[in-house]
Amino acid sequence: MIFTRQSAPRGGEAAGPGRCPVAWALTLALVVILGLLAPPQARAASDSFESLVAALAGGSYSDRAKLVAKIAQTGDPRALGLLEALTDGRLYQRKSDKRIVTVAASGKPPGMSDAITGEDLGVFNKRAAKKVKVNNSLRRKIRTAIGLLSLTSSDAQDRLKAAQAAFASGDPAQLEALDAALSAESDRGVATALAEARAVAILNSKTGLAEKQAAITVLKQRGDRDAQAALSPFRDDPALAGAVAVALRSIEERQALWGMAQNVWYGLSLGSVLLLAAIGLAITFGVMGVINMAHGELVMLGAYTTFAVQEAIRTSAPGLFDWSLLIAAPLAFVVAGTVGVVIERGVVRHLYGRPLETLLATWGISLMLQQAVRSIFGPNNREVGNPGWMSGAFELGGMTITWNRLWILIFALMVFVGLLFLLRRTAMGLQMRAVTQNRPMAAEMGINTGRVDALTFGLGAGIGGLAGVALSQIDNVSPNLGQSYIVDSFMVVVFGGAGNLWGALAGAFTLGVANKFLEPFAGAVLAKILVLVFIILFIQKRPRGLFALRGRAVEA
Amino acid sequence: MLARLIDTRMAVFLAVLFVLTVAVPLGNLVIAGQPVPSYVVALLGKYLTYALLAVALDLVWGYCGILSLGHGAFFALGGYAMGMHLMREIGPRGVYGDPVLPDFMVFLNWKELPWFWLGFDSFWFAALMVMVVPGALAFVFGWFAFRSRVTGVYLSIITQAMTYALMLAFFRNEMGFGGNNGLTDFKDILGFDLQADTTRAGLFVAAAVALAAGLLLARYITTSKLGKVLVAIRDAESRTRFLGYRVEAFKLFVFVVSAMMAGVAGAIYTPLVGIINPGEFSPANSIEIVIWVALGGRGTLVGAAMGAIIVALSRTLLTSWFPELWLFALGGMFILVTLVLPQGILGAVEAGLRRVRRRPREAAA
Repeated sequence: MIFTRQSAPRGGEAAGPGRCPVAWALTLALVVILGLLAPPQARAASDSFESLVAALAGGSYSDRAKLVAKIAQTGDPRALGLLEALTDGRLYQRKSDKRIVTVAASGKPPGMSDAITGEDLGVFNKRAAKKVKVNNSLRRKIRTAIGLLSLTSSDAQDRLKAAQAAFASGDPAQLEALDAALSAESDRGVATALAEARAVAILNSKTGLAEKQAAITVLKQRGDRDAQAALSPFRDDPALAGAVAVALRSIEERQALWGMAQNVWYGLSLGSVLLLAAIGLAITFGVMGVINMAHGELVMLGAYTTFAVQEAIRTSAPGLFDWSLLIAAPLAFVVAGTVGVVIERGVVRHLYGRPLETLLATWGISLMLQQAVRSIFGPNNREVGNPGWMSGAFELGGMTITWNRLWILIFALMVFVGLLFLLRRTAMGLQMRAVTQNRPMAAEMGINTGRVDALTFGLGAGIGGLAGVALSQIDNVSPNLGQSYIVDSFMVVVFGGAGNLWGALAGAFTLGVANKFLEPFAGAVLAKILVLVFIILFIQKRPRGLFALRGRAVEA
Repeated sequence: MLARLIDTRMAVFLAVLFVLTVAVPLGNLVIAGQPVPSYVVALLGKYLTYALLAVALDLVWGYCGILSLGHGAFFALGGYAMGMHLMREIGPRGVYGDPVLPDFMVFLNWKELPWFWLGFDSFWFAALMVMVVPGALAFVFGWFAFRSRVTGVYLSIITQAMTYALMLAFFRNEMGFGGNNGLTDFKDILGFDLQADTTRAGLFVAAAVALAAGLLLARYITTSKLGKVLVAIRDAESRTRFLGYRVEAFKLFVFVVSAMMAGVAGAIYTPLVGIINPGEFSPANSIEIVIWVALGGRGTLVGAAMGAIIVALSRTLLTSWFPELWLFALGGMFILVTLVLPQGILGAVEAGLRRVRRRPREAAA
């Protein structure tokens, strides 16, 4: 409908705006006004941004493509928004005054504004406007144009993105623009990206052999999967095959190295989780010889505390969401610690010297805690959100590191150091160590061993709660959360040696890294089985772990 | 000999068991109106296999101080060995109708039977494997563990790791044991239809006979001279070693016997329940066995069997009446038994009886 009615003016082609004197005058006036504000390139008289935009509505697709390229070349700051609107199909020509308008991307009904001046023109009426149409080939050209346009952006981030886009497209037509951008670039990171994009473009172009060789070297230095992908089509090129093969081999080696680094990182990350889950267990086991099977459930309580804190924040103070974990951590410590002290005073106290009975009783407690949480919060997974600073990832060389994993590693190490300080530098730590080494002697020296036991158990439980805060960020918060960690954390304690923080540290990270290194060969489940079998065998060699306690305490 | 084996508690238990063994099948098959429904027969049979498993654990824990948190693994292995035979018995009656391969293998696109399935078409080979496989695992595991003197909670934890590792392994489809579905859809055993009441009653009787035999064997071992050494190891391991006994050999022997017993229990359990899956390997299951023994009375054999039946029965009742309360009850049992009833129910009852019996005599004196 619209198309047929508009067929007559379309015959006028580029003269479109000229037919309407008002619009033409207005455009001219704007050219003068905005010309003063626009950057110098835009002031080139004949192909001014304004006249180019005004011409967009007429002509064929190929005419429009030329215009797009010219608009991009103006480097006008408005060009980016305009071209984006064009690809999105949000650019229209108003029938009344032939003005080109941009329709807002959102809003109902959407508003519109003048594509050149940005003047707000009120609500958009679809019937009173004609769409500036694009087809797929035009869209591709616009994308390239947008890319080149961003190359001259004042924001280094945008330039970097543009350079990366140019790298991905590898179109030799960009070569000129890339050269220009490269000579003007001051930021080192962007310059490298530009040089790499240029190298791909050169490889795809018909330039001389020497330049291509140099381009291969540039890509070799980049050395990631994209460089590999850019190079591999030239593997069979007779002139370049030798250099490409060398470059590819070097890239593969580097990839393998980074792959290894990534595995180490995954291992450390898993290790930090294991450390958090196991360290509280190591304390109670080491000091009191008590196997706390309910430790996993204390971790779960910590995770549910985080959930409760986030719920409270969501309903009453949404602004605090980014702080939720920092608020939850001390609360989780207190909640789990209190439950721990209650368990110790209520049950464990009566079972000292009978470690197997303690194991059973605490298992009973763990079942009850699980059911209690299931009754209160329901059996399903609860949603615990990641604060802004915990979400997302960043690249480090050839590996990807997610923020939440990094923070958990840092958190685990902080807890470890804090605990080490507590044990080595405080009176309570001194007493705990005394009780660990020789309980009767410590009692003779006037240490209230009952109190130390309660506090130790509470401390171990509280650290379990802290672990829960961290685990809520990477695992499902459900009543079964604790169960999934209990066997693993026991393995850490048994492997590292009970009662020794360094043992827990070494155990956690060794098992974590070993697990992640086996995974690529054996698969996740088999890797875990292999690690378990390894521990079972290891225990034969060192029945009391890597860092065994020595002395009389051992036989007790 | 017989007097040595059968003391009062054993006599009472065996008498009750005998009455049950006669009465339940009669009530199900002969008496008109079927006062004992078929599902109850299967349920009671399952309890009896649990009881046998508890006796097996009591033998190592109650008499030798080895707290195994992995006895569920031996039970499950026995169950799997029998399950493999039952799968082979299905023959071409499976959903896919393959004459040789069980359904899940056809589903996984396997072309031939893996080597470890060979021989399981024979019942007697399977029956042998029911004991050999758990026994061999216990032998290898125990040989390593006892020789290097892994004791106490360390031993408990690595037995737990063992069953956990096996659970993960059996969950894998590539293992060739049906992945997480396990083995199921059995049709018949030795030619008898598994859905038939008579077969179920027969399996119930088999469970009762196995339990009685297990009890007597355990009793035979614990009352022998070897049993005395076991108790000595339980109470003072180092001292026993210094007296010249090879502690690890005694431990290994009793551990292997116990694992075989658990395997037999599992083998009767599988046809009764109709399925065996990797969930049976879960560490939680194995820990529950310990509470059966502790509740009934550690080191009493008969008590362990009773404990298993009591816990299993209350699970059945509670989970149908108050499903929310079951874990509280089970958890409470763990705590209560360890704190208040260190001798278990049987110990408490016998102590009570002794007090009642002593009082008149004291009054006379």
